[in-house]
Amino acid sequence: MAKNPFAQAGSSTSITRPPSSAEFTIDSLFRAVAYVCALLIIVLVAFILWEVGKKAFPAVQDFGLGFWIGTTWDVNKGIFGVLPEIWGTLYSSLLALFLGGLFGVFIAIFLTQDFIHHRMALVFRTIVELLAAIPSVVYGLWGIYVLIPMIRPGAEWLHQHFAWFPLFGTDLSGPGMAPAALVLAIMILPTVAAISVDAFRRIPYKVKEAAYGMGTTKWEAILKVMLPTASSGILAALVLGFGRALGETMALAMLIGNSNQISLSLFSPANTLASLLASSFPEAGPVEVQALMYAALVLLLITFIVNVLGLGIQQYTMRKFEGK
Amino acid sequence: MSDIDLTIAPDQAFVRPNLERRLLERRAIKNNILTGLTWLAAILASIPLLSVLYMLLVRGGTRLFGADFIEVLTELPPAGFEMGGGIGPAIVGTLVMVGIATLISVPFGILTAIHLAMLDPDSKVATTSRFLAKVLTGFPSILAGVFVYAVLVINFGYSALAGGVALAVLMLPTVVLAAEEAIKQVPQRMKDAAYGMGCTRTQVITKVVLPTGLPGILTGVMLAIAGAAGESAPLLFTALFSNYYISELMEPTASLSILIYNFSGMPFENQIELAWTASLVLVLIVLVFNILARLFGQPKI
Repeated sequence: MAKNPFAQAGSSTSITRPPSSAEFTIDSLFRAVAYVCALLIIVLVAFILWEVGKKAFPAVQDFGLGFWIGTTWDVNKGIFGVLPEIWGTLYSSLLALFLGGLFGVFIAIFLTQDFIHHRMALVFRTIVELLAAIPSVVYGLWGIYVLIPMIRPGAEWLHQHFAWFPLFGTDLSGPGMAPAALVLAIMILPTVAAISVDAFRRIPYKVKEAAYGMGTTKWEAILKVMLPTASSGILAALVLGFGRALGETMALAMLIGNSNQISLSLFSPANTLASLLASSFPEAGPVEVQALMYAALVLLLITFIVNVLGLGIQQYTMRKFEGK
Repeated sequence: MSDIDLTIAPDQAFVRPNLERRLLERRAIKNNILTGLTWLAAILASIPLLSVLYMLLVRGGTRLFGADFIEVLTELPPAGFEMGGGIGPAIVGTLVMVGIATLISVPFGILTAIHLAMLDPDSKVATTSRFLAKVLTGFPSILAGVFVYAVLVINFGYSALAGGVALAVLMLPTVVLAAEEAIKQVPQRMKDAAYGMGCTRTQVITKVVLPTGLPGILTGVMLAIAGAAGESAPLLFTALFSNYYISELMEPTASLSILIYNFSGMPFENQIELAWTASLVLVLIVLVFNILARLFGQPKI
């Protein structure tokens, strides 16, 4: 071995010393392990796609693209189609996005645009974060025993007086689209609010100062300067919130009524892909499991596209503000 | 643009512009209406949380804070028309499965984060796995159940282990992203000092970076645990449910969230009351881990 160039540098009073060869070996091993772990996430995602795809393959072959537009789910006859579930998933998520998005953006403005003292804002932010911490199944329970009885009189009134209007076309007999979408809105509100708050925070302070300096009112500054500047971040928040709503399972399985139908009415029961999986999987036979795997693949594709879109917008926003 | 005359003509009286804001001006009214709406939105948004907490305390609290709380926390769930009973197996099952998930996801997550944050942050592998970790955070939790069903349950049957693995899949991205963020926060000069003394990268990581980044990493781990404890969709058809205490890892296992789901639809008052009690216990567990997360890390405000 070559002479160690560091050998002369050591001194008895210093803890500085060159790494020994054992330490070098441990180092390479450790880095290899960390590398494998980082690879593992990629492998995990690929493995998920492959496994679900493999199990769904017979159903994909049997039902093909007709699965996407079929409207019956009949185990005995072996007919499977998920159009009502896709409709229910998109409809409930869009309703939730409309409500949760509106409230989420308002709350982000409330928290960042000096409406309350910053200590109060911290308290309020904690409340919003707690909304996100409550388990889905607890929201489901709350929906069954608090929300549904609460909105029932209003729903009945709307149905009696405005039955001609497609949204109020049916009676709320218990579980249905309206309570499901409301709970879903509550559940995505924290996501939308948190990402929008980040978007507002990223705006340099001088932008707001410049707006106020020109004599705008607070809301003129918000509407004409802050919102347009934060718009791409808010868009990312909405898309990611939408993605969350698409995949939400338990609360919907408990509240939406699990009925295989397509209806515009807010008060009729419906079904979503996720709650179809939740309610049918435990008792499914081998053929139905294949169809359910196919349904899972459909859900995976939809949420994957929406999430990648949302993350893309979010990263674009970050680069826009941090690149300059 | 130099034709602006700054001098005031002597024969013209200087008219001071009115800079005061009038309360009934149109833009002022609009401003006040929107401010009012914002307050309304904030108040409306806190109603669900207050309502959920109120119901948990009132309906779940009667049993939990009553005289027979030990019975509720330890006994087996009741059947049909039976009175009494408890949620003991579900509490133990939830803790066991979250424990399994933590044991799997935390070491993998932290090692991955080390690779992403320190060893090779800009490589293809690192950027890809970082992106996929972010995609996985928005991954529907029920698909983790479907995946584990396809891999483990079909071969080995319903088990606590399968439930734990499903939860681990959901915890992993949270742990990775939080730990990466925490490791990145460690000041470069601390690392430089360690390198300067002749440390290998492993020594820098284990002796400097991990101890310094520990609060942030623990925050992420606690939040991941809180999320996993409340999950129910991935357990539905991996751990299934059981009415008895867990005796081995390879058998169907009860969990609080599935108990709530099962009991919520039952026509018996006793079961519904137990569902509320279980909800209160579950929310308390989730809150404890949330509070721990806050204690470890400083809130970013």
